[in-house]
Amino acid sequence: MKGFYSRKLHSLLGVIPLGFFILEHMITNFSAVEGGSQGFKDSVALLNSLPLVIVLEIFGIWLPLLYHGVYGMYIAFQAKPNNTRFKNERNLRYLLQRITGVLVFAFVIWHLYETRLQVALGNVTHEELGGVMHDIVMNPVFFILYLIGVISAAFHFSNGLWSFLVSWGITVGPRAQRVSSYICMTMFAIVAVLFTWSLFAFRGVEFQAEGTALLETIRVFVG
Amino acid sequence: MATADTKLTAKKVKFVVTRQDDPKSASYTEEFELDYRPGMNVISALMEIQRNPVNLKGENTSAVCWESNCLEEVCGACSMTINGKPRQACAALIDNLEQPIRVEPMRTFPVVRDLVIDRSRMFSALKRVKAWIPIDGTYDLGPGPRMAEKKRQWAYELSKCMTCGVCLEACPNVNEKTDFMGPAAISQVRLFNAHPTGEMNAEERLEALMEEGGIEGCGNSQNCVRACPKGIPLTTSIAEMNKATSKHMFKRWLGV
Repeated sequence: MKGFYSRKLHSLLGVIPLGFFILEHMITNFSAVEGGSQGFKDSVALLNSLPLVIVLEIFGIWLPLLYHGVYGMYIAFQAKPNNTRFKNERNLRYLLQRITGVLVFAFVIWHLYETRLQVALGNVTHEELGGVMHDIVMNPVFFILYLIGVISAAFHFSNGLWSFLVSWGITVGPRAQRVSSYICMTMFAIVAVLFTWSLFAFRGVEFQAEGTALLETIRVFVG
Repeated sequence: MATADTKLTAKKVKFVVTRQDDPKSASYTEEFELDYRPGMNVISALMEIQRNPVNLKGENTSAVCWESNCLEEVCGACSMTINGKPRQACAALIDNLEQPIRVEPMRTFPVVRDLVIDRSRMFSALKRVKAWIPIDGTYDLGPGPRMAEKKRQWAYELSKCMTCGVCLEACPNVNEKTDFMGPAAISQVRLFNAHPTGEMNAEERLEALMEEGGIEGCGNSQNCVRACPKGIPLTTSIAEMNKATSKHMFKRWLGV
């Protein structure tokens, strides 16, 4: 595929479906804040009750994620950042977009391994995921890594949306690009706060009960 | 004795010049110190070094090579990196520069010698995107359609591009790992596609932008628009061409 089309596809997939997925994930996680352990279980159950859920996962999440991630690495390592010479905000965001892209790619692989893959292997059920998350975020190192992961993901998504609007010729002039910057950066703040809030919620004691039983299983896999 | 005294108190200007003897050899820096003269710029300083090629240590050296033509920031030949910023040396007034003044070639381009660089890739890019208006025929084609005055005014801004290469030097995506043509040629597509006669070949230029190393190479760092010495709205041009190529892509898919 010619560079033009592969880059366009990369840009499109970042917003549709991956952008929608990250917002969906943010809302699902937030049910841990609002409804606690049971609320989170209900949200997970709701998602898994969707018809053709495996097809939605494959074509709405995994394949787009694989393409966006792999092609994104290619884009990231083609860059030659010059932020010490050109200290403007857009250039900083150019660099951060690439750094967060690499971080999020690693984070997503790790996170998928701990959660979705363990469900697929039958080591964990969907109902136990809240407990799995509890165990992970109670480890101070993992908690910090998760914080970095979700904040990076929030930035990469929000700033990527800003670039998407430019790359598809939707925001053309400097005023339009400035206004969309304000909107996208506000979105970054909101998404980052909601994800972080949910991570703190997973530290709550009510997630503990089912968590401890699984701790050993997970430890075996995490090493 | 009086002359000696004035020499001691005379204001000096110090330069650190990055030099390179030929395209393949390693670069090195050489320092020069010149007497200050009011209104001097980097080109007049380089001329001074040419007249008396003696470095700071007092050694005789070869004159520093550079390129320049118009000396009024319209030709684009004297682009170089001055105190870290790519710009036109003729418009770089010594009074406005922090010392020592560091002068380097724009290394995004192949260095020919000292500050002389080879900007051929920019001219190849202009050829690739057909940045001209074909009006030749075997008979008189008559006057073309008129351009609206309002359009002419913004298009004129784009026509100020002097292919100086500053935007390519500022762009983090123009480097040895990519074949991105850089912002200048993309903006020229917008210019020639805006022209009422040039518009007749608009699709050819858009398709050239959709080839390898074309518009997809932009990473939105927006350094180009801030670095452009002519104040050309390069990022607006790029976004406008993003819109035009996206539309063209769908038209091509759905139209046949």
